[in-house]
Amino acid sequence: MAKVLVVTSGKGGVGKTTSTAALGAALAQNGANVVVVDFDVGLRNLDLVMGAERRVVYDLINVVQGDAKLAQALIRDKRIDTLSLLPASQTRDKDALTPEGVARVIDQLREKFDWVICDSPAGIEKGAMLAMHHADTAVVVTNPEVSSVRDSDRIIGMLDSKTAKAEKGERIEKHLLLTRYDPGRAARGEMLNVEDVLEILSIPLLGIIPESEEVLRASNVGSPVTLASPTGAAARAYFDAARRLAGENIEVVVPMERKGFMSRLFGRRVA
Amino acid sequence: MSLLALFFKRKPTAGVARERLQILLAHERIATGHSELLAKLQEEIIQVIAKYIKIDREQVHVKLDRGKDMSTLEIDVDLPSVMPLLGARG
Repeated sequence: MAKVLVVTSGKGGVGKTTSTAALGAALAQNGANVVVVDFDVGLRNLDLVMGAERRVVYDLINVVQGDAKLAQALIRDKRIDTLSLLPASQTRDKDALTPEGVARVIDQLREKFDWVICDSPAGIEKGAMLAMHHADTAVVVTNPEVSSVRDSDRIIGMLDSKTAKAEKGERIEKHLLLTRYDPGRAARGEMLNVEDVLEILSIPLLGIIPESEEVLRASNVGSPVTLASPTGAAARAYFDAARRLAGENIEVVVPMERKGFMSRLFGRRVA
Repeated sequence: MSLLALFFKRKPTAGVARERLQILLAHERIATGHSELLAKLQEEIIQVIAKYIKIDREQVHVKLDRGKDMSTLEIDVDLPSVMPLLGARG
């Protein structure tokens, strides 16, 4: 059965779009049928990170308003044929998204794909609420930094009260994805460590993505990091996170760039 | 400033971050929990009253005051001067 997943955070710039692209690609690389949906109307970027910016003809708003068929708006990835993108509109207003229209599109996507991954806009306004509303599962992207953790706490509260599942009295599955993590700084007490963030937010850990040059390099060339540098630390962390999403039980480690003393020191089991 | 001082002056700050967050979020969770509780309470009170009396939804106010020894729940309903009772036999 199809799963609808929202990638959300409250705060902007923590890595929602990067993580949507990487998790979507990783799931698709493992054979699942995946669509990534950009909900950031007016400030779309998922197309750019995925390298599909020149192929956008129709978008989510066109489909929601009935001006285009879903099949016309979906962009099939050229590298992984089980991965598709439904882009957001760059010119329209976010008010063009109606709850009924979004519900209809999500239902259609559920029929076509194994995973429907919704990239939420930042903030707690209408766009973010619509992106999370139909989710079965949420990935809360958090940086080890006070403002990001605070905003994540707020978003977790909203996932528990404002989503369709919450309104039906069901529990929405929530996972923490800790991004831009620097194990060295965390070990020196300069940065909140994994245990700190887990204790404060108390939701299960999906993965730890280390701060990595590969992430920027991948977005520069318009490729999910799991495709651009599949053997790098960030990509390996995303691959593991994707397998956990799919139900596999893999222990969480902080992937390191180089093997050796440092890796033995910090590549330990954390949760 | 000597090199040594530069070395020892930086104290780890993650502990401070953790404590500040724990205190802040404890308060914020209570505050948002309250506002949702009140919104639900208000909605259900309006529904119950509306079953019997025709009221303006804007004219119902629910307020919760938390005191040290005692908390009060204040429900303020403005009724129209001539009460049109619903379902009353005429």
